[in-house]
Amino acid sequence: MELGTFLVQCLNAVQYGLLLFLVASGLTLIFGIMGVINLAHGSFYMLGAYMAFALAPLFGDQFIVMLLAGVVLAAVFGYLLEWAFFSYLYQRDHLQQVLMTYGLILMFEEVRSILVGNDVHGVKAPPWLEGSFALGDLMSYPWYRLFASAACIVLAAALYFVVNRTRLGMMIRAGGSNRDMVRGLGIDIRKLYRIVFAAGVALAALAGMIAAPMSSVYPGMGASVLIVCFVVVVIGGIGSITGALVASLLVGFVDTFGKVLFAEVSGMGIYVLMAIVLIWRPEGLMGRRA
Amino acid sequence: MHQFNRFLPLACAIALALLGPLLSPYVSDFIVKVMILSIFALSLELLVGMTGLVSLGHAAFYGIGAYATVLGSGAEGGSIAWLLPLAMGSAAAYALVVGALSLRTRGVYFIMVTLAFAQMAFFVFHDTKLGGGSDGIYMYVRPALGALDMENRSMQFYFVLAALVFTFGLLALIRRSRFGAALAGIRVNEQRMRAAGYPVYGYKLAAFVIAGALAGLAGFLLAARDGVVNPELLAWHNSGEVLLMIILGGLGHLRGAVIGAVAFTLLKELLSTHAVVGPLADHWQLTLGLSIIAFVALLPKGIIGIAARLSPRAAT
Repeated sequence: MELGTFLVQCLNAVQYGLLLFLVASGLTLIFGIMGVINLAHGSFYMLGAYMAFALAPLFGDQFIVMLLAGVVLAAVFGYLLEWAFFSYLYQRDHLQQVLMTYGLILMFEEVRSILVGNDVHGVKAPPWLEGSFALGDLMSYPWYRLFASAACIVLAAALYFVVNRTRLGMMIRAGGSNRDMVRGLGIDIRKLYRIVFAAGVALAALAGMIAAPMSSVYPGMGASVLIVCFVVVVIGGIGSITGALVASLLVGFVDTFGKVLFAEVSGMGIYVLMAIVLIWRPEGLMGRRA
Repeated sequence: MHQFNRFLPLACAIALALLGPLLSPYVSDFIVKVMILSIFALSLELLVGMTGLVSLGHAAFYGIGAYATVLGSGAEGGSIAWLLPLAMGSAAAYALVVGALSLRTRGVYFIMVTLAFAQMAFFVFHDTKLGGGSDGIYMYVRPALGALDMENRSMQFYFVLAALVFTFGLLALIRRSRFGAALAGIRVNEQRMRAAGYPVYGYKLAAFVIAGALAGLAGFLLAARDGVVNPELLAWHNSGEVLLMIILGGLGHLRGAVIGAVAFTLLKELLSTHAVVGPLADHWQLTLGLSIIAFVALLPKGIIGIAARLSPRAAT
């Protein structure tokens, strides 16, 4: 492989990995803290992508404003959904959570099909992010992808800061390890859950909005991202944000280079990676031993 | 009442056998479909209901069994004598690999890992030339063995019925065996079983492989009925639906799996029939999703649970 191609693929791998991290971190936060296995998490990513499709023409070159508006909308949606539906799932066992969130996916997919149909759509990058950045003759790389990576890095850093350095983050981490203790300390656990859930939905939707101009917007995109996220969570270890980051980047590299080097069997790469991790550390790279 | 419950499945099987020749082709075909789904649901009941392992990737073994049947049959059609072992064997082989890896994890991890490995199998058939891509592949001649020809509708009906009786009987025997008792012990308290010296991992793996092989049997029958397979058979919607069937019927009972398969197929048929629900039929996914949520919320013990509520003594 030439150096230029190699660098471009590395950038692609990092960019895909970071995007996955945004979706997977929401999934792992919601599971780690509330103990809910949410199959519908991929639908929030799909929601984001379709929001970008619907909002992009309205906002034109105000892409950042659109992202902010979308995040607020998604968070409100998540807040309402937790209040109306997910708050009833905490007391139930995993089997029932799986089935009920599966029912939710069917409903989301049908509502999407009623609202926007089943066509595959493309979303345009904003005008100021068109074109490519060139590094002499060595390589050129689309500005939009650089922007996407930068946005994901900022978000990942912000998430890391909130979880590890703030009072809210402290409550989140405590809620993950000992729910009764947090309740005993007089913290409103209902409110905490609702905030974490809304944040998880917003992160997934934001990832969907950022991804939309790079990949097409299509039915079933939620399910495909969900399964890759499961692979990420299994590799990283449940509830560990750092684990999710490391695993996302690993998956990004394996998937991207798999497509370049072994096109025929590229789909299997990340599952082989998962199998190796399961043999070596069944609890995930950064997970706690159960 | 206890005696009645015990003989009910047998009575149903005999009634089906006697009714077989009287049924219209449409009804007979529908019953064959439901019987195949019942075998599929029973195979998952061994994992979820009897062992307490929630697998969300069971469709992989169903699909692999079906694909093995079509891929193995060739242009002149194959013999049941080796296509059936091939289907069950390849499903069992994949179950051995997936089980060996995924059983190292537990709980929600296990759910995710089984789903992920099923999706890997899906992509193998979806993305490579082997499985004919998303269109799937056709079988030119259905499997046969002497007079036992799956091309013949009534032969097909009785073959599937026999397979259902076999699966039900096998699982009933397993439940009563020492092996079944150990699985029940693992479901209730795995730590204690391990402390008591049981090779828990081996028992769970054995259950996983048997369940995979039985799902492969269902896959063989499906391929023999439809004469075509496509990757959708392995898709995770199928894994979700079969999980729903056993919950809907009532977890922990073999009858529950069969009742659930019947109820779910009827429900899906009703929700997508214009004559019943009007224009809503076009949006059956919406109503199905709502019904799933309502059923799980209101009937955690399934349809068998309703019977138990109405008459507590019949619940045993």
